[in-house]
Amino acid sequence: MSRRLPLVPENTEPLPSLKENQGMLAWVSSVDHKQIGLMYLMVTMVFFVVGGLEALLMRIQLSQPEFNFISPEVYNQLFTMHGTTMIFFVVMPFLIGVGVYLVPLMIGARDMAFPRLNALSFWLVVFGGILIYYSFLTQSGAPDMGWFAYSPLSEKPFSLNKGPTYWALGLLATGISSVASGLNNIVTILTMRTPGMTMRRIPLFVWMILVTSFLLIFVIPIIASAFAMMLLDRLLEATFFTPAHGGSAILWQHFFWGFGHPEVYILILPAFGIISEVIPVFSRKPIFGYEFVAGSTVAIGLLSLGVWAHHMFAVGLGDVTNLYFSLASMLIAIPTGVKVLNWVATMWGGKIIFATPMLFATAFIIEFVMGGITGVAIASVPIDWVVTDSYFIVAHFHYVLYGGSMFAIFAGVYYWFPKFTGRMMSETLGKWHFWLTIIGFNMTFFVQHFLGVMGMPRRIYTYQDFPYWGSMNLISTIGAVVLALSVLVFMWNVHVSRKRGKKAGNNPWDAWTLEWAAASPPAVHNFDLVPPVRGRRPLWDLAHPEQPDEPNAKVVD
Amino acid sequence: MADNKMLIKFFVASESIFFIMLILAYVNFKGTVVDGPTAESSLNPYVTGIFSLFLLASSFTIWLAGKSLRAKNHTMMKVWLLVTIVLGAIFIFGQGREWAGLIEQNITISRNVFGTTFFTLTGFHGFHVCVGLIMLSILLGLALFGDFKGPRSDGVEVISIYWHFVDGVWIVVYSVIYVWAFFL
Ligand code: HEM
Ligand SMILES: [Cu+2]
Repeated sequence: MSRRLPLVPENTEPLPSLKENQGMLAWVSSVDHKQIGLMYLMVTMVFFVVGGLEALLMRIQLSQPEFNFISPEVYNQLFTMHGTTMIFFVVMPFLIGVGVYLVPLMIGARDMAFPRLNALSFWLVVFGGILIYYSFLTQSGAPDMGWFAYSPLSEKPFSLNKGPTYWALGLLATGISSVASGLNNIVTILTMRTPGMTMRRIPLFVWMILVTSFLLIFVIPIIASAFAMMLLDRLLEATFFTPAHGGSAILWQHFFWGFGHPEVYILILPAFGIISEVIPVFSRKPIFGYEFVAGSTVAIGLLSLGVWAHHMFAVGLGDVTNLYFSLASMLIAIPTGVKVLNWVATMWGGKIIFATPMLFATAFIIEFVMGGITGVAIASVPIDWVVTDSYFIVAHFHYVLYGGSMFAIFAGVYYWFPKFTGRMMSETLGKWHFWLTIIGFNMTFFVQHFLGVMGMPRRIYTYQDFPYWGSMNLISTIGAVVLALSVLVFMWNVHVSRKRGKKAGNNPWDAWTLEWAAASPPAVHNFDLVPPVRGRRPLWDLAHPEQPDEPNAKVVD
Repeated sequence: MADNKMLIKFFVASESIFFIMLILAYVNFKGTVVDGPTAESSLNPYVTGIFSLFLLASSFTIWLAGKSLRAKNHTMMKVWLLVTIVLGAIFIFGQGREWAGLIEQNITISRNVFGTTFFTLTGFHGFHVCVGLIMLSILLGLALFGDFKGPRSDGVEVISIYWHFVDGVWIVVYSVIYVWAFFL
């Protein structure tokens, strides 16, 4: 609670390393938000590679009709673990981790409000991941019921193996972690802002983290209770979700998607935040319509709570129910569209610099809109009835998750890497990474729209030799290999730039938010002196005292 | 100072959702039991009601403990903390008694949806009471060693917010399970 005292020994080296300082202990015992943030990023990178390998195995199996590369049982385990990993152990912890690193810096604070709680959040994610992956070592193998674990598939008579138990326990641990980070973020953002940093001046990334945190603390408990019920069903023979004993399988679907839909906004709102930081800096203009970006996010957060049953159109909930959920879902397109317009308007007439972060941010807009369009399409009941559980859905959510969240994550890494390490990432390798990603990603997933419309179901380990199915699946698999290459280039870039990249200095992009006033990497105490905040772009005001953003702003010390 | 009270308030808000889901599950299955025990056939609203009064009273005594803290009356604060713990423990004893009686009649979590939802809901609530009792005991222990001389202490205030919450949840749970089955 004495947050003004250094919580970890002062680092002599700018970036803590395993060999110097106290070795491993300096990491394991750290409660410094920057060190924890970096650990989040490293762990998510490992999970990204694991989840990516699982995807590659699936794509190899699907590369030609009636192929015998992996067995149906293993295929089921692979897509379950792949989906679970990518969502809960890659995108979520990355966005939370980068938030933990940046939020205190952006608001001019010394650390998170609760540094030890922060460390707990991080280690619970690691623990949950280990728990889930441990199931591969058990006799019966990993969970195989898909990432939404529909009952009765996830229940005893159908899943006698221990996989789903490990799955629910591991995700329960990560869920507790997410609630803890949500709470920590909220208190940090509401109470630890430097003087002058009003809620109307915090960077949009901080706004997005705030709304996401509210979603976390109100939505994760939904699934936590459902996991608890599922575990009771599996371990103590309770009957929540077993229709044979009076339980209800549909109840699980309601509970799961009551969490599951807001969850997709947890996966994308911080990504919006990254984009809203990158685009203005590389367009050399302040963001267009700050209030609209922040306000539409609040609207999205609220709306997202009331649309869950668009995942259940095929259940047969009745026309009125379907109609409501269809219309409500389409409504979300409005605040989302508002943001896209804001970003485009920010770029409009700006002096755009297409460095790698900006390349990914621009591509994000295009790919995300693509996924958004298919999203509005499947919010329409008749269309959903045709393509549900087909590869069209797989294409849709990879456009929003990869083309959306992952592209934003890459933009964020290229943008903040200089802050994290003090060195720039290689632009040449960055461009290679970018173009390989664009080619690989669209090649993998664009054809899946057609496959879906032609009737190829998702979650099948092989298919018959229908016209074009073989060739389109082969295209998709080759795309996945290109995508894998792109990730290798990215990892290579991180590896070489960390040691040999160009020295960055405090503010290599000439950006305007407070994190760029700290050293690169920041000292343990973040700032010697937090610059005065008299507007949304404190570093601009500092550099251009003659034309500040808010000329009439009161000076606060 | 980090804002501990704000933290606990948002935490309690988050926990409310957890309990709302358990209650929704109970409500969802209420009246769907085709054979086997139901709330009406197996519970006793009066005995449980009396034990509930002990829990309600403990909310009052922890408020008194907080008041003594603010008045820098260290002795009374310790007394009220102790009374709170005793009252909470009596409630848990009552719940244990109720559970034992049900299990004796072979009404368990796996018997039917009533058993499933009843034991889950009351079990999670009881678990929260136990966690509260442990935290209160730690507070009392620290107080006996001379902590919390007042007039303010985040520790005492935060735990009492949590305790009020656990109490409030019980009022809802009692209403949904017992009042609904017997008095409506
Ligand atoms: C590295 C590039 C990726 C490739 C090649 C890939 C490929 C695949 C494949 C082949 C499936 C199984 C489809 C099926 O049989 O139904 C799948 C499912 C899935 N993927 Fe990916 N994926 C990639 C990245 C991602 C990312 C970044 C995310 C999330 C952030 C993600 C989330 C999911 C989800 C949620 C599922 C559904 C799992 C289920 O059906 O339970 N994927 N992916
Ligand atoms: Cu949804």
